[in-house]
Amino acid sequence: MTAEQALADLTEISSQVAAAALFDAKGKVAASTLADGEPFVRAVQDLLAAAAEARQGSLNQLEASTLAGSLFVVRDGDSYIAATTGPEPTVALVFYDLKTALRAATAEASEKKAAPRRRTPKKKPEGDGDAA
Amino acid sequence: MRRKLLPLLALVGAWAAGIALLRRTTGGRRERVDLYFEDGSMQSLSNGAPEAARLLPLARAALTAARDG
Repeated sequence: MTAEQALADLTEISSQVAAAALFDAKGKVAASTLADGEPFVRAVQDLLAAAAEARQGSLNQLEASTLAGSLFVVRDGDSYIAATTGPEPTVALVFYDLKTALRAATAEASEKKAAPRRRTPKKKPEGDGDAA
Repeated sequence: MRRKLLPLLALVGAWAAGIALLRRTTGGRRERVDLYFEDGSMQSLSNGAPEAARLLPLARAALTAARDG
């Protein structure tokens, strides 16, 4: 499943998700439901950087709840998914949907990496098999 | 005497209901940032904590960016 497909499935399954973006640790946007996902991803990265300073440790998930709405971030290795919802979402359900979407997107990426190169068949030496 | 008390009781009841509704819609919803770590630990930073004072504006900025994007 491509990153775009994973996000399309996410927004179809979860009515709570208003916007979402898939990106890597460097901030490269893989897919986004927004016309321009880069400002959103940049803002999320600023938040992640500040959160990392707040407490040492490897941050896996983040939920910021404000009166205007909630922001969710889930990390899997170097891959991230961030999403926004309205106020008072069903937190566990949103996290579950985001993890599923991130896993689907990263599985496709790792499959591409792990796929072996097609071997070209060795050329048989001339005259091989003719002797019989 | 009872007739005079009835509107007063209704007024007090409406006031209490109004306060309860207001608390439920705004006061009950506290702004916070929940951080979940790889080791399974979680830290909840409520509005008022110094870390939350730093993180919540950044979260609001991200929400605004998503709304504008």
